[in-house]
Amino acid sequence: MLNIKNLQVGLEEENKQILKGVDLNIGEGEVHAIMGPNGSGKSTTSYVLAGKDGYEITGGTVELNGHNLLDMDPEERAAAGLFLAFQYPVEIPGVGNMTFLRTAVNAQRKARGEKELTAGEFLKTVREKAKSLKIDSDMLKRPVNVGFSGGEKKRNEILQMAMLEPKMCVLDETDSGLDVDAMKLVAEGVNALRDGKRSFLVITHYQRLLDHIKPDVVHIMANGRIIKSGGPELALEVEKNGYADILAEVA
Amino acid sequence: MTDMIAKEGVEAETVEAVKSLSGKYKYGFSTDIESEYAPLGLDEDIVKLISKKNDEPEWMLDWRLQAFERWKLMKEPEWAMVDYPKINFQDIYYYSRPKSMSEDKPKSLDDVDPKLLETYAKLGIPLKEQALLAGVEAPENDRKVAVDAVFDSVSVGTTFQKELKNAGVIFMSISEALKEHPELVKKYIGSVVPQSDNFYATLNSAVFSDGSFVYIPEGVKCPMELSTYFRINAENTGQFERTLIIAEKGSSVSYLEGCTAPKRDVAQLHAAVVELVILEDAEIKYSTVQNWYPGDENGKGGIYNFVTKRADCRGDRAKVMWTQVETGSAVTWKYPSCILRGNASQGEFYSIAIANNMQQADTGTKMIHLGKNTKSRIVSKGISAGKAQNTYRGLVSMHPKAANARNYTQCDSLLIGDKCGAHTVPYIEVKNNTARVEHEATTSKVDDDQLFYCRQRGMDEEEAVALVVNGFCKEVLQALPMEFAMEAQALVAISLEGSVG
Repeated sequence: MLNIKNLQVGLEEENKQILKGVDLNIGEGEVHAIMGPNGSGKSTTSYVLAGKDGYEITGGTVELNGHNLLDMDPEERAAAGLFLAFQYPVEIPGVGNMTFLRTAVNAQRKARGEKELTAGEFLKTVREKAKSLKIDSDMLKRPVNVGFSGGEKKRNEILQMAMLEPKMCVLDETDSGLDVDAMKLVAEGVNALRDGKRSFLVITHYQRLLDHIKPDVVHIMANGRIIKSGGPELALEVEKNGYADILAEVA
Repeated sequence: MTDMIAKEGVEAETVEAVKSLSGKYKYGFSTDIESEYAPLGLDEDIVKLISKKNDEPEWMLDWRLQAFERWKLMKEPEWAMVDYPKINFQDIYYYSRPKSMSEDKPKSLDDVDPKLLETYAKLGIPLKEQALLAGVEAPENDRKVAVDAVFDSVSVGTTFQKELKNAGVIFMSISEALKEHPELVKKYIGSVVPQSDNFYATLNSAVFSDGSFVYIPEGVKCPMELSTYFRINAENTGQFERTLIIAEKGSSVSYLEGCTAPKRDVAQLHAAVVELVILEDAEIKYSTVQNWYPGDENGKGGIYNFVTKRADCRGDRAKVMWTQVETGSAVTWKYPSCILRGNASQGEFYSIAIANNMQQADTGTKMIHLGKNTKSRIVSKGISAGKAQNTYRGLVSMHPKAANARNYTQCDSLLIGDKCGAHTVPYIEVKNNTARVEHEATTSKVDDDQLFYCRQRGMDEEEAVALVVNGFCKEVLQALPMEFAMEAQALVAISLEGSVG
């Protein structure tokens, strides 16, 4: 599904290398997690995958189902099936959540040459999916993320994910700022989308999210590289001993 | 180093995108039609000729001539934040009408030159009575819109006249009204915007050729939306229309106005006057979607739009609501105003002004609180892109007798790119210490994070900008009648096409 080879990325504005050769292969239906200390390059990885401005790719390749992702505009990547659940979902005043969702869904459908959803079809689907995420109709009407609590914002990201039905989902610290109940709800939303085909890359600081979204593979990222990969037990190890041991072990 | 570093992705690509913008104005076609013109330039004879063409009563001509005498002594105002070459008022045609609208004037819309009807069809303006404004899909929606279509200097026709007549509503071109209801026109014309009001209003008083006239009798709620569609077609021709709406006690009406013009390399002048008279407990909602040709990306051509619009709330509890979406014109100079004379009368002004490329807009409102317990509300959304300059200029004046008067003003500016400007110039005069004035102003930029968020969800950049800007304008779009809100929303997107990379 997603193949990252020796990806090297710096900041455009200053001479600073952030990713120093990342390799990552995520197969169809697999759930991978990236853990790592602050500043290790986790969020940069997610932004670069989604095509955010401000980064300079200095080496390596990224392919999504064989297509060169780095050549595409952000909206083309989205239409190709890449979804990023933001760590800090952006507020868009005056734009109703529903309007935003419908515009996004139809933009992707149009880009893929599919028929746009009618208002009725859209409404029916969105209500169904919102219900399971405990998103009420009021939240659907309010402007995108404006005045949403931390938990509401993250649930809203998952709703967008559910509506857009991406192939490759990247979740950037989706657990940050969530209490236990909210995290459970979000994790349930994610698990509901696991269908054996859809792949996930879960970026997180803490092991606790991985109690709810069970990964197949766990990677530890530090200083712009993946320094260790393993099974779910690796996350438990981090939880117990912190990153220091692993960092020392690799160094 | 030739490599440009994209400091803020949007801006870096703006220049290029703006370059590719020309050709986006969708109403820029012209109608190939035979027209007759008054001789070039302006003198007393031209004023007489216009009056004669309309077959006007003597008093009207006298009034025009009086205005003309005054105008000759007046100077063009220079205080607005707009910059344009000096207008040669002798190099303009002051009257142009399609030949087919001359002596053997068609009796009904069915007899109008098909080429003219085609023009309106192409613009999406229904002149057939069963039709609705373009863009409204729902057939179960049986709201009707009556249209007065003004082409260059004359009205081509007005729809639904019979149905309106049954309700007691008079809706016709002002030239017809001068023949059929001269007493009403005489009573009210110039009573809100005096002949000597300002340079352009005085010019208009001398040379106005047509426009719309609306009279809503006491207690009548106008059974449908009324609208006038202004089209400038002829070259080097100015359009000077005059609109007069009178809402008698307890009546109400919603009136819409739309404007477009062909693409021409030479700038054209449009100087209109709109007067609203609102009596006790009456209400007028006046909405404008102004989409005159804005000129090309280098500022060549376009309409100079110098308009005086004013509402006089003469009776107690009279209410007026101005809503404008200003996307066109090379230069806009326009301040729809409310005179809140009656006690507890209310004025509202909702405005979206978009300036892209080389456009300049200096627009706002005046709220003149004369009566007790008068209320006004101003919501202005200015959007600047390209190299455009956008100024909000507003006056809130609380007179000594305006006890407990209230005003709330909200002025928001949105910038796209780093070569445009937004300016807010509020004037506040308070002469009654029980009056209260609130003013809020914000300036923001279209945020790169917002655009990236939208694009990650699959929208292309233009779609993303349109969505964010429409969100920014929402309060004003909501104030528009439904038929116009959809058109306006699309227009906001079109006007900003190419404003980002």
